[in-house]
Amino acid sequence: MNELRCSLLVIGGGPGGYVCASRAARLGVDTILVEGQRVGGTCLNIGCIPSKALIHAAELYHNAVQQAGTGMQGITVSAPRLDFGQTQEWKTGVVDKLCNGVAGLLERSGVKTLKGWARFRDGKTVEVESETGPVLVRADNVVIATGSVPVELPGLPFGGRILDSTAALALPQPPRRLAVIGAGYIGLELGTALAKLGSEVTMIEAGPNILPQYDDKLTRPAKRRLEALGIALRLNTKSTGWDDATGVLTLQGEDGEERLEADAVLVTVGRRPATDGLGLGELNLRLNGPFIEVDDRCHTSMRGVFAIGDVTPGPMLAHRAMAQGEIVADVVAGHANAWDKACVPAVCFTDPEIATVGLLPSEVPEGVATKVSEFSFRANGRALTLDAAEGFVRIVARESDHVILGIQATGPGVSELVSGFALAIETGLRVEDVAGTIHAHPTLGEALQEAALATASMANHG
Amino acid sequence: MAEHTFKLPDIGEGIAEAELSDWLVKVGDVVREDDVICEVTTDKATVEIPAAVSGKVTWLGGKAGEVMAIGSDLIRIETDETVEIVAQPEPEVATAPEPEAKAEAAPAPVEPAKPAAPRRPAPSPAIPLARNASGRPLAAPSVRGRARELGIDLRQLRGTGPAGRILHEDLDDFLAHGPDTRGGGGLVRRTGTEEKRVTGVRRKIAERMALAKQRIPHFSIIEEVEVEALEELRAKLNQRFGADRGKLTMLPFLLRALSEAVVDHPEINAHYDDEAGVITRFEALHCGIATQTDTGLMVPVLAHTEARTLWDTAREIKRLSDAARERRIGPESLSGSTLTVTSLGPLGALATTPIINHPEVAIVGVNKMVVRPVWDGQAFVPRRMMNLSCSFDHRVVDGYVAAEFVAKVKSLLETPAMLFMEWRDE
Repeated sequence: MNELRCSLLVIGGGPGGYVCASRAARLGVDTILVEGQRVGGTCLNIGCIPSKALIHAAELYHNAVQQAGTGMQGITVSAPRLDFGQTQEWKTGVVDKLCNGVAGLLERSGVKTLKGWARFRDGKTVEVESETGPVLVRADNVVIATGSVPVELPGLPFGGRILDSTAALALPQPPRRLAVIGAGYIGLELGTALAKLGSEVTMIEAGPNILPQYDDKLTRPAKRRLEALGIALRLNTKSTGWDDATGVLTLQGEDGEERLEADAVLVTVGRRPATDGLGLGELNLRLNGPFIEVDDRCHTSMRGVFAIGDVTPGPMLAHRAMAQGEIVADVVAGHANAWDKACVPAVCFTDPEIATVGLLPSEVPEGVATKVSEFSFRANGRALTLDAAEGFVRIVARESDHVILGIQATGPGVSELVSGFALAIETGLRVEDVAGTIHAHPTLGEALQEAALATASMANHG
Repeated sequence: MAEHTFKLPDIGEGIAEAELSDWLVKVGDVVREDDVICEVTTDKATVEIPAAVSGKVTWLGGKAGEVMAIGSDLIRIETDETVEIVAQPEPEVATAPEPEAKAEAAPAPVEPAKPAAPRRPAPSPAIPLARNASGRPLAAPSVRGRARELGIDLRQLRGTGPAGRILHEDLDDFLAHGPDTRGGGGLVRRTGTEEKRVTGVRRKIAERMALAKQRIPHFSIIEEVEVEALEELRAKLNQRFGADRGKLTMLPFLLRALSEAVVDHPEINAHYDDEAGVITRFEALHCGIATQTDTGLMVPVLAHTEARTLWDTAREIKRLSDAARERRIGPESLSGSTLTVTSLGPLGALATTPIINHPEVAIVGVNKMVVRPVWDGQAFVPRRMMNLSCSFDHRVVDGYVAAEFVAKVKSLLETPAMLFMEWRDE
């Protein structure tokens, strides 16, 4: 068996793994990256990037349909046509470009990339089943960055008409009738996009609301939009069976049993760490449920073994994995670094988008008095010119010193405001700092300044 | 759509006014019929007022802490089929500014002094470590990274930036001069204050205590009681009957003793109406039992203590004190006491100076039981001892009478058989 030696072995080429490998290599660490599929991971190949491309295309088509109907801002077009094959081709082009970019980055950084599936023999030795036969890699440090996979529902195994998010992004045509089980952000994003592309969508959620981690107020505009798009929403409802022959999904809701005919069923009820077949049984790692416990340097309970991204406890977000990847690269290269982040921003690309950073009002620890201020996009000039005035920006500040603890927003393009929100919290700004910073007019970002002004002194347009 | 005005209802006892202790709703809230909208406190009890209809609150008739006349307008509720119950009403987008809100511009948080000197002025003593949204020291990522490289724990520093933020300058200062130990060697001044409105039960307690102390010239007698015999009797009774009838504490025995002692000293078991100049002596002993609750001191009344057995007394005390603590005690159980007992149990201290429950003329305080050495003529022997601290109204109770009363109680407790033997020989 071929044997390789290195200082750092990264298992998994997703956003966490490739950032870690590339950074470590550029810091002079002898680095190997193992990936069974194409580098880029879930995010680039079957997650963030293709879904955002599809959401954008769906929005364009939906606007065209609107313009063909009653018109928008005086613009009318004649019957728009959707060539979904071309849409998919364009989307694939975007994904290819980015994945090739990552492959190039790894190469330029001096990372040796092995294609194959890794399996631990012990904490320092990993066997890789590669195309050219098995390879044994001995490494001083190993990073587990294998990400996560969608969770299946019992009785609804993925395949055929039962889609996971990957399959939903690769559909040849929007299904005529689509049932989406699970109204978390993935289900909402894909369900909304496919509805805009012409599918008749039913969303099924076992809980009492969509996006249960957020408060009602924050999710209300998105919920209202579902209704406007004709998406049926069944809350407090569970799927109890699927008849593949007839294409009938059985639902158990508050009002009893119901049958729903569907051409495809998308299951988005959560994700779990992808550690099957990795041989974790050979290691004695401290786990937290299915997740691998790590310290502030992403060190597991075993010397020389690190874990980053979706396999570790915390929000399953690409940018968190990248930040962890940076830390591990620095630590392995002998530089001081550790996780000391004040916040991890989160964005749902729903319609309208929802962005949160730091603490929600409900998450403020007991005993900390806060001031919460909001500014509605209905009083924001730019939002009105975009014909998208629903939503608001909300700031949660500590009452004693006005330090900003959390910012939430929903509305037009708030995903692009979120970096500013995170900057304010990570650098420890007070509302007075934001209020005292001139925000360009007319922009959506003014809503942040206005919300800050409301706590600091008074909103100018509130 | 219709707006209904509701008045503060007559909550019994023929009272004319009541204190609005707390609102549980605010303007704009949607309430359902029978939801509690506010709490009202009278002389005797706190009463919850429910909403009479479902609808949206449009106006509140007073602020928490205000005393309102019975029958005055309390709340207005707008009923409307379209008002959605349960769902939160969506706040209107403010197109016109609300002048009141604007006027209350938030006060700027206190900033530490801005320094510029070889050693930066000490910001530390008054300022605790400022923390960011995740509870870590408040500092920009670049400051945190540099500190990590330098091996400096930011928790040792006190920032001089806005809101106590740690700046690069603070790190420089720390590097040049080391930790800032000026200002009390790690001890930090506490400067916060908290204002709390005195409302509800607490306000009632304050009024009654002030009244008692202003009008009544108190004097106190503190006497020690040997409780060896009483404790032995209590242990035996608990052993024999504890399983069936419940355990007895010291209190039922004391109440038994008081029931006997007031027969010889009726001047102690009395009310003094100082405005009318009349003393009312009672044959019955309605004993007030001072009880600590979450909202403050309450005095439920054990009626006709003289006619109760030890176990009956114990059960009734438990029922009353539980009811008081759970705030479901009615005004009838909080009035009419003729003599009050206050006992702090294991916290009972050596001696206390209890305040008389006006218009009563005496109060009996029970102190902690301890083992003390007692000289029996030949040697010191260990004895379980307990002090009684009693206060009297000197306007109507003379020192001699009070001393006799205390001596009587002492003798009954020290020879517990007497508690059960002294029935009148009619």
